[in-house]
Amino acid sequence: MTSYIIRRLLLIIPTVFVALSLLFFIFFLLPGDPARLIAGGADRTIDPGVIARAKARYGLDQSLFQQFVDYWSRILHWDLGESFRNRRSVNDIFGERAVNSIRLGIWAMIIEVIVGVGVGLVSAIRRYSLSDKITTIVTAAASAIPVFVLGFVFQYLFAVQPNKWGWPEWAQLKTSTMGPDSWTLFFIPTGDQWRYLILPAVALASVGTALIARMMRGSMLEVLRADYMRTARAKGLSEGGVIVKHGLRNAMLPVVTLLGIDFGTVIGVAVLTEFTFSWPGLGSTIVAAVDQRDLPVLMGLTLVVVLVYAFINLIVDVSYAWFDPRIRLGKEGS
Amino acid sequence: MSLIEVGETQAASGGLQSTDDADLAVARPLRAEVWRRFRKNRLAMVGLGFIILLALVAIFAPLIAPYSPTELAGDTKEGISLDHWFGTDRIGRDMFSRIVYGARVSLRIGVAATAMSLVIGIAIGAASGFFGGFTDNLLMRFTDVLLAIPYIVLAVAIATVVGKSENSVILIIGITGWLGVARIVRASFLSLKQLEYVEAAKALGFSKTRIMFRHIMPNAMQPMIVYGTIAVGSVILTEAALSFLGVGPQDPTPAWGLMVSDGKGLMVPAPHVLFFPGAAIALTVMAFVFVGDGLRDALDPKLK
Repeated sequence: MTSYIIRRLLLIIPTVFVALSLLFFIFFLLPGDPARLIAGGADRTIDPGVIARAKARYGLDQSLFQQFVDYWSRILHWDLGESFRNRRSVNDIFGERAVNSIRLGIWAMIIEVIVGVGVGLVSAIRRYSLSDKITTIVTAAASAIPVFVLGFVFQYLFAVQPNKWGWPEWAQLKTSTMGPDSWTLFFIPTGDQWRYLILPAVALASVGTALIARMMRGSMLEVLRADYMRTARAKGLSEGGVIVKHGLRNAMLPVVTLLGIDFGTVIGVAVLTEFTFSWPGLGSTIVAAVDQRDLPVLMGLTLVVVLVYAFINLIVDVSYAWFDPRIRLGKEGS
Repeated sequence: MSLIEVGETQAASGGLQSTDDADLAVARPLRAEVWRRFRKNRLAMVGLGFIILLALVAIFAPLIAPYSPTELAGDTKEGISLDHWFGTDRIGRDMFSRIVYGARVSLRIGVAATAMSLVIGIAIGAASGFFGGFTDNLLMRFTDVLLAIPYIVLAVAIATVVGKSENSVILIIGITGWLGVARIVRASFLSLKQLEYVEAAKALGFSKTRIMFRHIMPNAMQPMIVYGTIAVGSVILTEAALSFLGVGPQDPTPAWGLMVSDGKGLMVPAPHVLFFPGAAIALTVMAFVFVGDGLRDALDPKLK
């Protein structure tokens, strides 16, 4: 097992290196001259001297290869540079945005686990019942509605309409920006904060919840048919005990994998949700940085997301290997 | 009938390596049998009906749409009326006509991008699974690299580089969407190439290309039918997301995602501008998912 983990860890290094290098060249090809942007805007006529100084300051006057080398040496020193737009340190921007993303992501995950697993479980146990059929349709709809459409529908139903009808202030949910930014124990919204959090969290969780419910249902159905379930019943365990202790535990394995992968997405690239609700997280910042050609911010934040992805993939793979010895002994698929 | 014969050979060969292989060991049912089982699935039939309707709408768009999708047809932000079934948009174009023409855009992008990613994915997966060794390692590490990059970041960046248009959306989704295909095809090839009928073909001295394309490929295609159907739906969803982020087709192209993003500032005065294209996207994606699910169950009944 240890040797498998080490092998897998070593494999991450070239993967991340090539991925980041590839991104460097793609970002480098982005149209628009960043030096003009730094010097004060893409459209205005700018004194060539100012542009030259900006280029020199950020090393943009050097050869592509030299810039590539510099890029990597900065990464290895964990210096993500400073934003072209406002000269803020990318490390600072990252720290601030990552916290926002993680808070939103935690709540999305909580919703996904509770609702997804619960609904999937009930569906599997009461297979072909009315509630199962409704679940099938609702989960299909939830994974088919674009997150931003769902977000806007939420805004309409829970913010625009209540406002029109003059609902009490506390019942009107907020749909834009993060609000007062007040939290207890890092992630529990305090005071007015929950009114800002709830809609983006539900919107972000919608697709994941649907996928988890579907997967949970399928995997539970398979488990319910297993011999050891019959054995457990034959031993005289109560039906609830059989389902929770023997069924749920085994059926959760594939679901946990899915949750792991989903966690990376929810934290790192909740672009659409963050964009829709103007939540200042990593995803929306990355997309804004592409738009503004803010290369240091773009590359710095993407770097972190790539690392998080790689790390989560590692954990998922290791958990597979833990359950299936064939993989860690290198006999995968052969 | 050759498919069935092959299936029986596989079932008879026994000694399969993993659970994946077990799927392949079942004799392929006749088309009529698949259709009979598919027909019993009500959701799948509704989905199929919707897709056929959508295709007809796309083909006959000029006959169905009462107005031009790009020209002004009335006042701005008009509500629903007999003249404008879905109202008018921010600048006064007829929403119904735009949605009808939008079906063309969505289906074109959905089908073209899916076809592209299937071709790339099948080629890479087949090469990887068939040749194994160094080729396999290289190709699979390459897919690892692409999987390590957040999809939407990659897509937005490429769109900014190659330009924002319908064709570039097809290109982006096509060249980034083949990773899953490659993995599935590779797994099929890995298990199929160990079966006895491939051994027999080798013993008969057939060339590698012949074995690869004539003997293994047809048997590795079944999962692709299901995958491809569902993929058309998810491509349409991705296209909508890219349009929404402003890196898809540009105005005045009647792309549904673009229309949604156009409606986001109009939630209070004119919610219909956002609602109709949003519903069009959701219904279309659902239809493809239902048909894909139905196909999977019909092709392989024991999974159900």
